[in-house]
Amino acid sequence: MVAGTLAMSGPLLAVRGVTRAFGGVEALAGVSFDVAAGERVALIGPNGAGKTTCFNVLGGQLAPDRGDVQLAGQSLLGLAADAIARRRVGRTFQVAATFASMTVRENVEVALRGVGRDAGLARATLERAAAADLADRHAGTLAYGDAKRVEFALALAVDPVLLLMDEPTAGMLPRDRRALMDAVRMATAAGIAVLFTEHDMDVVFGYADRIIVLDRGRVLADAAPDAVRADPRVQAVYLGEDAA
Amino acid sequence: MTLAALAAQLVNGLASASALFLLAAGLTLIFGVTRIVNFAHGSLYMVGAYGAWALVDRFGPASFWAAVAAATLLGAVLGALAERGVLRRLYDAPEMLQLTATFAFVLITRDALLWLFGAEDRLGPRVPGLAGTLTLGPLTLPQYDAVLVVAGPLVLVALTLLVRRTRFGLYVRAAAENRVVAGALGIDEARLFTLVFALGAGLAALAGALQLPREPANLAMDLPAVADAFVVTVVGGLGSIPGAFVAALLIAEVKALCIGLGTQTIGGVPIAFPQLTLVAEFAVMAVVLTLRPQGLFGRVATALPTTTLPEQRALVARGGRATLLAAAAIALVGIAGPLLADEYVRVLATDILVATLFAASLQWLLGTGGLTSFGHAAYFGVGAYAAALAARHGWPFAAALAWGPLAALVWAALCGWFAVRSHGVYLAMLTLAFAQITWAAAFQWDAVTGGSNGLFGLWPPAWLADRTRYFLFTAVVVGGAWSGLRAITRGRFGYAVRATRDSPLRAAASGIPVRHTQWRAFVIAGGFAGLAGALYTFAKGSIGPDALAIPRSVDAIVMVLLGGLASWFGPLAGAGVFTWLQDTLARTFDYWRAALGALILAIVLLFPGGIGGAWQWLRARSR
Amino acid sequence: MSRRLCTAAAALVLALSASPAALAQQPIKLGELNSYKQFAAFLDPYKNGMQLALEEINAAGGVLGRPLAIVSRDDNGTPGDAVRVAEELLTRENVALLMGTFPSNVGLAVADLAKQRKVLFIAAEPLTDKIVWENGNAYTFRLRASTYMQTAMLVPEAAKLNKKRWAIVYPNYEYGTAATTAFKQQMTARAPAGIEFIEFPVPLGKIDPGPTVQAMLDAKPDAIFSSLFGADLARFVREGELRGLFKDRPVFNLLGGEPEYLDPLKDEAPVGWWVTGYPWYSLDTPAHQRFLKAYEARFHDYPRLGAVVGYSTVKTAAAALRKAGSTDTAKLVAAMQDLDVDTPFGIVRYRALDHQSTMGAFVGRTAVKDGKGVMVDWHYADGKDYLPPDAIVRKLRPAP
Ligand SMILES: Nc1ncnc2c1ncn2[C@@H]1O[C@H](COP(=O)(O)OP(=O)(O)O)[C@@H](O)[C@H]1O
Ligand SMILES: [Mg+2]
Repeated sequence: MVAGTLAMSGPLLAVRGVTRAFGGVEALAGVSFDVAAGERVALIGPNGAGKTTCFNVLGGQLAPDRGDVQLAGQSLLGLAADAIARRRVGRTFQVAATFASMTVRENVEVALRGVGRDAGLARATLERAAAADLADRHAGTLAYGDAKRVEFALALAVDPVLLLMDEPTAGMLPRDRRALMDAVRMATAAGIAVLFTEHDMDVVFGYADRIIVLDRGRVLADAAPDAVRADPRVQAVYLGEDAA
Repeated sequence: MTLAALAAQLVNGLASASALFLLAAGLTLIFGVTRIVNFAHGSLYMVGAYGAWALVDRFGPASFWAAVAAATLLGAVLGALAERGVLRRLYDAPEMLQLTATFAFVLITRDALLWLFGAEDRLGPRVPGLAGTLTLGPLTLPQYDAVLVVAGPLVLVALTLLVRRTRFGLYVRAAAENRVVAGALGIDEARLFTLVFALGAGLAALAGALQLPREPANLAMDLPAVADAFVVTVVGGLGSIPGAFVAALLIAEVKALCIGLGTQTIGGVPIAFPQLTLVAEFAVMAVVLTLRPQGLFGRVATALPTTTLPEQRALVARGGRATLLAAAAIALVGIAGPLLADEYVRVLATDILVATLFAASLQWLLGTGGLTSFGHAAYFGVGAYAAALAARHGWPFAAALAWGPLAALVWAALCGWFAVRSHGVYLAMLTLAFAQITWAAAFQWDAVTGGSNGLFGLWPPAWLADRTRYFLFTAVVVGGAWSGLRAITRGRFGYAVRATRDSPLRAAASGIPVRHTQWRAFVIAGGFAGLAGALYTFAKGSIGPDALAIPRSVDAIVMVLLGGLASWFGPLAGAGVFTWLQDTLARTFDYWRAALGALILAIVLLFPGGIGGAWQWLRARSR
Repeated sequence: MSRRLCTAAAALVLALSASPAALAQQPIKLGELNSYKQFAAFLDPYKNGMQLALEEINAAGGVLGRPLAIVSRDDNGTPGDAVRVAEELLTRENVALLMGTFPSNVGLAVADLAKQRKVLFIAAEPLTDKIVWENGNAYTFRLRASTYMQTAMLVPEAAKLNKKRWAIVYPNYEYGTAATTAFKQQMTARAPAGIEFIEFPVPLGKIDPGPTVQAMLDAKPDAIFSSLFGADLARFVREGELRGLFKDRPVFNLLGGEPEYLDPLKDEAPVGWWVTGYPWYSLDTPAHQRFLKAYEARFHDYPRLGAVVGYSTVKTAAAALRKAGSTDTAKLVAAMQDLDVDTPFGIVRYRALDHQSTMGAFVGRTAVKDGKGVMVDWHYADGKDYLPPDAIVRKLRPAP
């Protein structure tokens, strides 16, 4: 009983000592952090820090060499990407991935059915993602920024409790970035947790409740935005470099 | 088998391994750099053998080595020409299209050699100075074989040095690693590709020329050679030259051992090992690819290859009223036309309908699923044989006809389970291996399948025996099945399958189990192919191993591409034009294979979307 | 050397329309199909043989007062295509009968079609025993001496040698396995007890000669029986000679004396093998001399066995039409029973019993003369002497 209660009250996502190497390179070297339900967390770090690898481990695209990932107290280890999606983890990719041979609406319908939901929710889902204007467009011919919006809708289609967004606004105009992130904020207001990476620091500090800094596969800092901003180590490896 | 005999067989295997490696090295080199699967590799090998023969015949046996060199050069020049003239235009096309283009070269080369050299086998003389044997203890080895045993490793070393130690090699490695980066480094890709193609083609011709003292140059040597080369290349890992060497060694030794073992009784069951040589290489390939989908020395592909054409990325036809009307018109013309024409047209139309259903099932797999099957005939054949066997056991016609697709479904479920674990060319090769194993079973299982002869006396019941009635029956069954397949394609499951093709990554992230979905798509394709096979059996009254041999798989691929991977009427257009052309060309023109090859080239180059694509283009223009 | 398959067919039709008598009457069409591309080495001379016979017949006024015409089709070497072109010949060309085919599987498929469509089929070349026995039917007749018969022609010599341990090498498909079975059966029936057979099946067209010869050497046989042909035979001979496989071992090779397979070997043709074949260079019967002269005059080439087969097939069709006095299938089939046909090998008879012709083959030993392989010490083995007893044959055939 006690354990159950603990699990219920524990973090939505618990990452514990996750390690993943490619050949000799440890892309992730014992990464641990939590994400609480409804929380918006930014995962930042310089290029090659291991952010995408981390998303891939969480989303089931990659298996970790060691460590554990738990969603609401249940381990996701050994689950394939599609099974994780059915546990209501939605994600976007660094390079937008959509179904190029379908209209945007069909894209969302496929995604809805993929997790056993009613395809009739496509309209509503697109509206939530602020992408309703794209509904009848051919996904294979979209501008990159539009494809990113569609991907967000696809991630929402799994009715997520956790959204993983790998550079959701990369390649977008600043105006569109804000629009997308506003949509994210609106859509997730109902208690959806978001873990996202971003290079645009305005976006990061504007939207994150908490920031985790990754460097060469290790967690360098995990704190509120202000604390991270003040952290000299972070400035050294990341902000300093960015400012340079 | 004594130890000495075993050793002798292993040494024999070495000579065969060298020959195999020489054959495969060029193929793997070309693939490694250009990513083109060159089906015409066996044809270059054949050109090498004939070229060397012609020179030796003209200038006498003493000119053998000069003839080998000249034949190698000839192969290199032909390879460069093919690259410059045709393949260059196809680097960004899906691999199936490239494969089909190179297959056109196979057809053209064969007829060209027939025209030049006639049909008789051309046996070369023994090589002066190497005509005798070498005695090593209990082993007698032909001197020429000893030369081959050395030649393989020599070429391996030379190629390795070339790739590791020269500027050309550096470029080759860079291009193999990453084409974009290579381009950014300022490598002249066009020239590099031409050179690589020339080198690979030259190696193929060299292998053929060196084979001349062991085997007469003959017109049937191309397809077995390319099949062997594929197997070696894929088992070794595409693009890996040392891998090809190890694979050649493995396969040649397995074969030599099978021959050496003879018939052995194991646990009271006599097993004729030499019979296994028919499929030894394919069995090795199936095992290796199942355990290591990237081959022995191959690298895991980090990015999945894209195999979609622009046409494939087009939206699914919405099936509006216009499409419905067009379909109705086609059905009407397709049935009324043959009824009004002479009786033979109905026989031909029956063949076309069966081919249409077969092509439609492959189009579903290739076009909708993006799964490049190179052995689709296996399921056609299993369906055909299953229906035949059921009919032979006295099942009623309807039951026998239904049993065909069911059996094909089961077989596709088994083969597909392994196949969908691979991607792209590896998947194509794995399906080819399964098809060859299935073929060998049909070919050798005399008691059940009638062996190489097949089964006979399988006509439809009296009420359908008439040609016109069977045509109508086939039209109804094919029409129904094809509509069913269309419905699946346009329905929920079809969308899920397209999703796995468009983006496996996104599909999985949307909760679609990619492999499982692809596996089900494979099973469905097998079932429809099996139905086509069952109809075929009763149209022909007999069934034989050719129903599941490589040419039938190739024909189906050509039909699908001819019709268009993405066009809804593509299968009918492709099967119709292909079958009709073959029928007419074969009757009026001696070199109809070459003509067919030229036609395929034209389609691939001008209308990569096939007849369907050309139709779309015309309509778009007329608007 | 170029094969003008269909142009030739057109030429045949033209040739006959040139003769004045022919203009008077519609020709009787003979439907012919064969695997011209797959087995061109055999079928080019075959085509010539057909043409020669056709010209002779039409020059002599044709048959039933009408000229003959041959409508020829390529069956692509596959049963499926063969059935289709046969249907075309039947429906569109309205041929009086079907003839031809080369590989066993194609022959059997067309035989089955003949039964279904109730039309006479003269199988020219397929050697399979099944076409007249297990799968025999009322409409199908076969010209050439079958696998069983040709094996039987070699067995008396083989049995005389009194060898105990036989290595059998064969292409692993119908023809090879049938030859092997027939040889084992007939040898066991004649030879002393304790005779042994070690089998070496090789994939058709893909023999791996080194390991195969090595394995045969290791088996230490007393004698060898082979049914290899074509490229497989050439490779086997060369490798076997090199490794001394044939030293002090008698070798029997079915079909090995046919010019189609012996000639490509040139001066490397084996010496002293027992073979069946066709010694056109030394066969001086009047029937053959007439044929030889006509053939050489017409084509400026020497005949191969295929030429004899093509020639005799057309002669068979003409004889059947003449005897039937009609193109009606029932009458033609009736006429084929015990029909005698004049061929370059003499008169052969299509047995009513099993529809097998009694055409024989020549049995002799190989030698090299003037840098070419030839048959010497040969004799003609008349087909009728190498068939099983009638009672057994009756049991082999399905009830009509
Ligand atoms: N599939 C892969 N194969 C080999 N190395 C990889 C692969 N994916 C990532 N890496 C390496 O892992 C490290 C982390 O990469 P990544 O997670 O993409 O970083 P980020 O997304 O933070 O930029 C880098 O050094 C990268 O080169
Ligand atoms: Mg990244």
